[in-house]
Amino acid sequence: MDIVSTQQQKKIHPHKFTLWVAIGSIVMMFAGLTSAYIVKSSQAAWREIKMPTTFWYSTAVILLSSLTVQWAVRSFKEREMKRYRLLIGFTVVLGSLFVILQWIGFNQLWDSGVQFKGSSGAGQFLYVIAGLHALHVIGGVIALLVMFMKAFFGKNKNYSSIPVEVASTYWHFVDILWIYLLVFFIWIG
Amino acid sequence: MSNEANLHGHTEVVTTHPVHHDEHHVHHHKETFVTKYIFSQDHKMIARQFLITGIIWAIIGGLFSVLFRLQLGYPEQSFPILETFFGRWAAGGKIVPEFYYALVTMHGTILVFFVLTAGLSGTFANLLIPFQIGARDMASPFLNMLSYWFFFLASIVMMSSLFIETGPAAGGWTMYPPLSAVRQASLGSKLGSDLWLVSMALFIVSSLLGGLNYISTILNMRTKGMSMTRMPLTMWAIFFTAVLGVLSFPVLLSGAILLLFDRNLGTSFYLSDIVVNGEILSNEGGSAILYQHLFWFLGHPEVYIILLPAMGMVSEILSVNSRKPIFGYMAMVGSLFAICILAFLVWAHHMFVTGLNPFLGAFFVLLTLLIAVPSAIKVFNWLTTLWRGNIRFTPATLFAIGFVSLFISGGLTGIFLGNSTIDIHLHDTMFVVAHFHIVMGVASFFGMFAGVYHWFPKMFARYLNNTLGYIHFWVTIIGSYLIFWPMHYQGLAGIPRRYLDKRAWASFNQFADLDKMITVVSIIVFAVQLMFVFNFFYSIFKGRKVRTQNPWKANTLEWTTPIVAGHGNWEGEIPEVHRWAYDYGKDGRDFIPQTEPIGENESKDH
Repeated sequence: MDIVSTQQQKKIHPHKFTLWVAIGSIVMMFAGLTSAYIVKSSQAAWREIKMPTTFWYSTAVILLSSLTVQWAVRSFKEREMKRYRLLIGFTVVLGSLFVILQWIGFNQLWDSGVQFKGSSGAGQFLYVIAGLHALHVIGGVIALLVMFMKAFFGKNKNYSSIPVEVASTYWHFVDILWIYLLVFFIWIG
Repeated sequence: MSNEANLHGHTEVVTTHPVHHDEHHVHHHKETFVTKYIFSQDHKMIARQFLITGIIWAIIGGLFSVLFRLQLGYPEQSFPILETFFGRWAAGGKIVPEFYYALVTMHGTILVFFVLTAGLSGTFANLLIPFQIGARDMASPFLNMLSYWFFFLASIVMMSSLFIETGPAAGGWTMYPPLSAVRQASLGSKLGSDLWLVSMALFIVSSLLGGLNYISTILNMRTKGMSMTRMPLTMWAIFFTAVLGVLSFPVLLSGAILLLFDRNLGTSFYLSDIVVNGEILSNEGGSAILYQHLFWFLGHPEVYIILLPAMGMVSEILSVNSRKPIFGYMAMVGSLFAICILAFLVWAHHMFVTGLNPFLGAFFVLLTLLIAVPSAIKVFNWLTTLWRGNIRFTPATLFAIGFVSLFISGGLTGIFLGNSTIDIHLHDTMFVVAHFHIVMGVASFFGMFAGVYHWFPKMFARYLNNTLGYIHFWVTIIGSYLIFWPMHYQGLAGIPRRYLDKRAWASFNQFADLDKMITVVSIIVFAVQLMFVFNFFYSIFKGRKVRTQNPWKANTLEWTTPIVAGHGNWEGEIPEVHRWAYDYGKDGRDFIPQTEPIGENESKDH
């Protein structure tokens, strides 16, 4: 009943590998969007924006959540299930907080006059790009929530750390992706 | 080496059992109708679902082309049948010009995405990957099932757009803005375009889920001894196809999302300085070329997503049926790889005359023409594989040879179009239509037919009727050339594509009879495809039964499974692989399966 045989154990677990390919795919999507941004920013009628300050708070939150999820993986491996559950719960809260802060940031931006209608500019891209990123974070929050539920109500004891590791890798990825986007917006924008 | 834990949704536990102590118990779960035929997680059933959905789409997309061909061939005549099919879109038996655009748009979308991407990759990647690499199922059967159901949802949305009041999308299958982005621009730019975009977003999700699975299955789940270079070429082709899809579809998704914003929320990603019916739109600073870049960054790899699986299957089928090893295995893999890389570097050759900087164009010409090199290597290797072979002319072999013929004919015209200067004359003419139909459309269909005839015994444990198969092949190949060859001449003479009625140009009247001939032939060819569909469904239930495990005497692993393989494919252990897949006619033996250990006195090691 083993998914991984002796020969395969030297290799990466298929689910982890699938995640890495998926990350490559997501990277291509954001590469497409950010390169569109670069192309457009050199054209006429481009409007600049001022970054909402809330984004700094959300950045701090998502960085912190990366720490908690990493600690959760370690706790799981050390069979500290109580601490694991607590940390996964923390990460879910921080992830949700991140999305809420992004939403507040969007609203600040919207109220300062950066809206969809009219000529193109950094704002329109920011809503789309950061919005899609937030969707990916929400996906991660749902995955963590499922693991949280399993840790509490799961029927069979699960000692495989693969699902936890897959979730945490994805979580670090959306974190790094946000840092990249933030640096991109500040540097290019 | 089993992934049963996965199959049965059990907890995964990493154990250290050596492979050969892994006793495989064939679990016979009580499968209900729903888990067996509808929400199935078995790769073989998912493959059949993709194939049959693809066939339904192919009939619809093909029928559209026959119906608008009627009007193209006989522009002065009215056909009551058109009114029967299309109602007020063909009032009085003549297709309304706006609806003609909708028809060509849907014909392209359906055949490119729903038939030749999902129908082809979805079918054969799912069927062949676990079979040929020796795995019990995909890396994630659940994602695999989701992949089909996202495709199904996309199909429902696209299908529903055919029946709405303002008609389906009509901006061409490429959906270029501003036509597709401005609602007032045309009827098809109203709800039809939104449904098109939503359907494509679902389709992209389906492709990505599928592609992720194909890649990680091929790289991680191969049986013992199945090194990458021992894999059949079908596996290599499907692997590169999946890589192309996973890296290029997300870019189309971002393009589509921006288009949805422009359409519905008033943003200006693609729109600038637009006046519709005297009304000035507020959009400013957008760039329509940006969409073309995002679209063709997918769009060109998409061509190879369609073509590579056909290439892989043709390589396998030609080798099996010539009873000879494939010629230049590593060259075949290398050229697949080269095509995969170049596919990402040539997208702008679709934009030579749309406002691309001519200086940039020069680089894209060079890169485009470079694709001729790996393509020529592949053609050479197919021909040398056939050369002096002991060829069995099964319908599958014929279709595979037909693929090579069409690939040569269509590929050569690509060299014309790849030159930006010649493209000034040829762009948007029937020459382009002829080129891509032959090299991408018909050729890939031939690869697909070859695959269906060859693996039908594995899919349904029965054979397709051979006589109908031969009729199918000969009418289709002759018909394809009769339909598309004359279009080259039309294009060289300057006949534009996407025109419903060309009678206003006196100079084009010389082609009127040619157009009639093309229409008549396309009706015949379509009828023969329906005959194939009949053969397909009839043979599923009434075809000649498969009595031997390995009817084609092939080396690959799928023929070591039981005739009707259960979920898990092999009863007992998965066989170990000792050699490559192409030991045909070696040391006086007709064929040596991959599972047979290398003998002491064998001439050359693989």
